Amino acid sequence: MANFSKSTVPQFSVEVYQNEYLPEGGREVNAIATVTATGGGTSGGRPLADAAGQPAPGGAPDAAVVIMVDSSGSMEYPPTKMRNARDATAAAIDTLRDGVAFAVIAGTHQAAEVYPGGGRLAQASPTTRGQAKEALRRLKSGGGTAIGTWLRLADRLLYSADVAIRHGILLTDGRNEHESPEDLRATLDACAGRFTCDARGVGTDWEVKEVTGIASALLGSADIVADPAGLTADFTRMMETAMGKEVADVALRVWTPQGAEIQFVKQVAPTVEDLTGRRTEAGPRAGDYPTGSWGDESRDYHVCVRVPDAGVGQEMLAARVALVLPAPGGGAPRTLAQGLVRAVWTTDMAASTQINPQVAHYTGQAELARAIQSGLDARKSGDVDGATARLGRAVQLASASGNEDTAKLLAKVVDVVDAVTGTVRLKAKVAEADEMTLETRSTKTVRVKK
Amino acid sequence: MAVTGPSRCPGCTEPLEPGDNFCGVCGADVSAAVPDGTAAGAYGAAGAFGAAPPPAPESRLPDGSDSSRGSGGEAGADSPAPVADGSDGAAPVADGPDGATARADGPADPRESFAAKTCVACRTGTVDQDGYCEHCGHAQPRERDHFERELERVAAVSDRGHRHHRNEDFFTVAHTALSDGSPAVLAVVCDGVSSATRPDEASQAAAETAAESLLAALPREAHPQQAMHDAILAAAKSVDALAEEPEHPRDPYRQQNAPACTLVAAVAAAGVLTVGWVGDSRAYWIPDDRTAPGARLTEDDSWAAQMVANNLMSEAEAYSDERAHAITGWLGADAYELQPHTAAFRPDRPGVVVVCTDGLWNYTEAAAELAALLPPDAGERPLHSARTLVRHALDSGGHDNVTVAVVPFPVPVAGAVSA
Repeated sequence: MANFSKSTVPQFSVEVYQNEYLPEGGREVNAIATVTATGGGTSGGRPLADAAGQPAPGGAPDAAVVIMVDSSGSMEYPPTKMRNARDATAAAIDTLRDGVAFAVIAGTHQAAEVYPGGGRLAQASPTTRGQAKEALRRLKSGGGTAIGTWLRLADRLLYSADVAIRHGILLTDGRNEHESPEDLRATLDACAGRFTCDARGVGTDWEVKEVTGIASALLGSADIVADPAGLTADFTRMMETAMGKEVADVALRVWTPQGAEIQFVKQVAPTVEDLTGRRTEAGPRAGDYPTGSWGDESRDYHVCVRVPDAGVGQEMLAARVALVLPAPGGGAPRTLAQGLVRAVWTTDMAASTQINPQVAHYTGQAELARAIQSGLDARKSGDVDGATARLGRAVQLASASGNEDTAKLLAKVVDVVDAVTGTVRLKAKVAEADEMTLETRSTKTVRVKK
Repeated sequence: MAVTGPSRCPGCTEPLEPGDNFCGVCGADVSAAVPDGTAAGAYGAAGAFGAAPPPAPESRLPDGSDSSRGSGGEAGADSPAPVADGSDGAAPVADGPDGATARADGPADPRESFAAKTCVACRTGTVDQDGYCEHCGHAQPRERDHFERELERVAAVSDRGHRHHRNEDFFTVAHTALSDGSPAVLAVVCDGVSSATRPDEASQAAAETAAESLLAALPREAHPQQAMHDAILAAAKSVDALAEEPEHPRDPYRQQNAPACTLVAAVAAAGVLTVGWVGDSRAYWIPDDRTAPGARLTEDDSWAAQMVANNLMSEAEAYSDERAHAITGWLGADAYELQPHTAAFRPDRPGVVVVCTDGLWNYTEAAAELAALLPPDAGERPLHSARTLVRHALDSGGHDNVTVAVVPFPVPVAGAVSA
């Protein structure tokens, strides 16, 4: 693993979990790559402060954050919603580290700069934080919702500063009614890879797939804040996480041998995110999958490759999984860490029929997410049998894998008769917030029980 | 004393005879093969004992059944092995009374430097630092896949075979002198237990430790059978120690079992042939006069052998059972009760001891079969003989790793120039 002099880049390591043994004629290789970034500290993208707690001389924070607050007319119903959104934004501003560039946008059917204005970003300091909070009080609600316009303004503002890490925080309470889904899609495509963005839906009048779609495209987190009173805590947590990011634009580079086909590349922890379609070619037989920005954290990836059969007794490198960081100015990217996925053909059936516990676990977690999604879709369309079967399977998987959070959310939507067999009954009456919470958090996974 | 290794065909890594212009296996023109100094440096420190290791790079015997292993003459880096002798600074470590002790182990490092070589499988890509082709991904031959060692009076050859992805066998050959100055020759052959963790490390530790123990004991007039017994116990201890080491993250699926291996050793000294073993690796006595009967000198610690010994099954029945090869004795932390077997013989005529793993004797079970395959001049050309037997096992299918050591008896003294 490489070690870099630049103090803001954490140390990356890759561990591969797999059963490399294939039976005669076997071609499919599955592996879980656990990527861990450590040692960077949570310094918000700046060099570590000296002993007195002051930023190191000359070391300005290398990050910019834009907060997008929905201020459409619906935010006044109930009026606490707008007040809570203001308070939450103020708390997030308080969480900004000194020197981080930031701005606040009010979002309606168009986007307006709330602070500092003039197409600029402000540098966080006690003074600017106070001014920003003052500006929030003037925030008025009214108008519609066109989230694409907010993101485009955020993009412009984030690129007005020369920083390494660019992040957005987006809060909405309603459906994206004042622009077409295609417009939003086009904006997301344009912004993907330029900045990362967390998205939150407040209340229950928003569309889960819109909010999760934004977070997915922009490699951030999505969640529901059903009760506006919970916004402040959530915003503070989100901003703390954002402040912990130390390196942006990290890509998962997967090399596979000649004749091999990638079946899929998925992030499987902390959430399931299929990256297969986001590949960009990176030299012979290699492709890059975006992973966004990293602080001190660990994520798991499931790589499935079909390799040419090389015959019993042979060993092949089925994939090389590396974390790469693009060089500024377009030079050769730096490899931060890598792991090897191997294939070994054997006649030993005891060896080749083993399923690696990590692979089995995450295969189950991915199926769990799919079962919840399709179960809720079936429920919405009135397919009671389909919904019962799919959500029953989800209960079974959540129970078997120890995914207790998801199991609890499922129990609010179905009556669990027997978790082991997945026998459930749909609840006659389900709170909308519970159903939306389950849908939003369906992709959350747990790690293998050690 | 000389440690030699053959030069290799750059295309298929077949060992070459001196004076070969073309590779006997793939037909590549090898007359132009240029020595490459980098190969020698890659594992110049092999052998904890310091016997100069021949830099035999990527030395797989080609697999006749598999076209992916090369034929033809790509310019892979390879070097005719330099001959190291005691006079050029290759220091013997175990000091015999006259300084005539030498030991030759297999490769110390299972990996080698692969930099800038062309893949032997696809002949297109270059080989990356991890030993895989950057084009087709094929693992490149490792030194341990096929290695040979020849001391002046003893030689051994080990090969991965065709069906296993790594070579879990290991051997050590050595010679020393007894206190009266008469020569002693020994060979240790070990076969790692595949169903256990890190069998390759187990066999290496056992073979090296047993040889070390014998080399220390023999010059001190130890009773050879006692020395053999002690050597097996020392080897067992070294394998036990592996179980205490942190597990490899590489091999998570086999972490349940402690590393384990078999061991067979033969010592020829002062008119006595001493053998010792645990497990199902074997030693055979083959007289130079092929009209005299050969004999197996060891009794397997195996299910089949026990069935036969207890008159529960005929030999044919027992060995055709699928449990035949389950071993009942081994070196390793989870061995029930270690019972080192030793035996001493005073052959009344010259011959050779063939010390081997089941990768060979699966194809040559009877001593007579082995005698028929062994070249008539086996005692004079132990390396050639060992190669011949390994080749036979590979041509018969090579279903397992195969290792053969050939120990001449009595120990020839004529060539002991370095003493």
